Amino acid sequence: MIENRPFLNLLAHLTLMLGVAIVALPVWLAFVASTHGPTDFMSGTVPMWPGPRLVENYSRLLETGVSTSGTPPVGTMMVNSLIMALSIAIGKIVISITSAFAIVYFRFPFRNLAFWCIFITMMLPVEVRIVPTFQVVADLGMLNSYAGLSIPLIASATATFLFRQVFLTIPDELTEAARIDGAGPLKFFRDILLPLSRTNIAALFVILFIYGWNQYLWPLLITTSADYYTIVAGIKRMADAVDGVPQWHLVMATAMLAMLPPVAVVIGMQRLFVKGLVETEK
Amino acid sequence: MKRTIFSNQLLPWLLLAPQLAITFIFFLWPAAQAIRHSVLRQDAFGINTNFVGLANFRALMNSAQYLNSLQVTVVFAISVTLLSMGFSLLLAVAVDRMIRSTSVYTTLLVWPYAVAPAVAGILWWFIFNPTIGVMPYVLDVVGYNWNHMTSKTDAMILVVIASAWKQISYNFLFFVAGLQSIPASLREAAAIDGAGPVRRFFDITFPLLSPTTFFLMVVNIVYAMFDTFAVIDATTEGGPAQATNILVYKVYFDGFVGQNMGSSAAQSVILMLIVIALTAIQFRYVEKKVAY
Repeated sequence: MIENRPFLNLLAHLTLMLGVAIVALPVWLAFVASTHGPTDFMSGTVPMWPGPRLVENYSRLLETGVSTSGTPPVGTMMVNSLIMALSIAIGKIVISITSAFAIVYFRFPFRNLAFWCIFITMMLPVEVRIVPTFQVVADLGMLNSYAGLSIPLIASATATFLFRQVFLTIPDELTEAARIDGAGPLKFFRDILLPLSRTNIAALFVILFIYGWNQYLWPLLITTSADYYTIVAGIKRMADAVDGVPQWHLVMATAMLAMLPPVAVVIGMQRLFVKGLVETEK
Repeated sequence: MKRTIFSNQLLPWLLLAPQLAITFIFFLWPAAQAIRHSVLRQDAFGINTNFVGLANFRALMNSAQYLNSLQVTVVFAISVTLLSMGFSLLLAVAVDRMIRSTSVYTTLLVWPYAVAPAVAGILWWFIFNPTIGVMPYVLDVVGYNWNHMTSKTDAMILVVIASAWKQISYNFLFFVAGLQSIPASLREAAAIDGAGPVRRFFDITFPLLSPTTFFLMVVNIVYAMFDTFAVIDATTEGGPAQATNILVYKVYFDGFVGQNMGSSAAQSVILMLIVIALTAIQFRYVEKKVAY
């Protein structure tokens, strides 16, 4: 702060409070809706304060789901989402950290070519090549499987660059010392590189977990069996199905459950989250 | 470049193998297929396939629907970028004045990043629902009859708000970091010279923030063009009357619902060129920074 201006400070606080209120409004309304019964919406508008049916609505969703919508219990969808998010996050980290190790610590023919192949994936988001990618996955028989949900998404140029950057800052003396002590490449990787990049791995994990959990188009296309529905993709199916018989309280309760895990991760690990966000954009 | 390296020749390929395999099977091969199909045309039964050169691209350029989609995408991307960045900058400037409460406000503003675009779409769709939503009720009081299922403008406003909301936290975090990297001495000097807060913002803070602003502009345009598929699908599904049918939604719709492979592939190729151009801009200019 440059100078003390009480009026401006007040204005700044008011702006921020209004901003926080606007940002929180949709979630507050969803939460309120999720605690009411189905008939509370018939009066014309949504109530603004929580109702009495919090426990009833949520326990019903988690155990049996909305049978009329053809979606499985929300509990099942959340487990599917968790498996997908963890596979994507861990898969991306594992294959990227080994790629970065190969590119930084070895000299071999076509090293640059390999690097460029990985770089190009950054320019091919799944949305723009969705039809042929779906075809490949269908031909490989990976529809309706956890492998199909995660493997096609785990190539990562961003993560490879991040680890490459981290490795380049590790002093050569460390590698020399390890070699003099007789450590081979794999021992060096396990005992020196991995421990040194621990916080980077954690920060990246937070970002990638959110990325994996929030996938929508991909799971929507490749899961036709309800056993593999993820919650983010399932919620749309639910909202469509209840269009005739509005069960807003259940749709909104599902929305709350769908955002709970990633939001909890961001708030609980805020420092790592911000670090990951800044690093992946370099 | 490392001076100390390991001499194995086989090991690096083994380490790279998983990443390269996935890249080839799920990225390069499908992209090549898209390029191949973009110059072919299948007959209605999928039996004969002919080489048609650039006919698919020419058909797109003459298609009123595609040009409409292009226009919708431009309006949508610019609106999302301006709305989200403007709102975030305002909040970031306000937080920059705070000393003790910065972290509290930051925590309260960063979490929408974690909300899935599809869920963000559902939440705003609920708020703006013409029969039971809160906003149509409020708007009705001031005499505006909201209905995004029939009004093109209303539908566009809905998807812009839902998409911009989700991006606020990201922009906010980068603006705050940008503001903190501006040396306080510059603003102090201006204050001593008699410049008020508004003058200081426009003559010092905002120009010095331009690297951050430019970087965020590219990121937001990429986000609005490619990551908002879920928002559109969860709210308007491209309607009414194509009013929110952005390019990525149209590729999906023509490919899967319309089954028009040639046209969909040509659209994929155009989108790839757009991503390549945006990535090139990002690497070419953002690295060097818009500096003073």
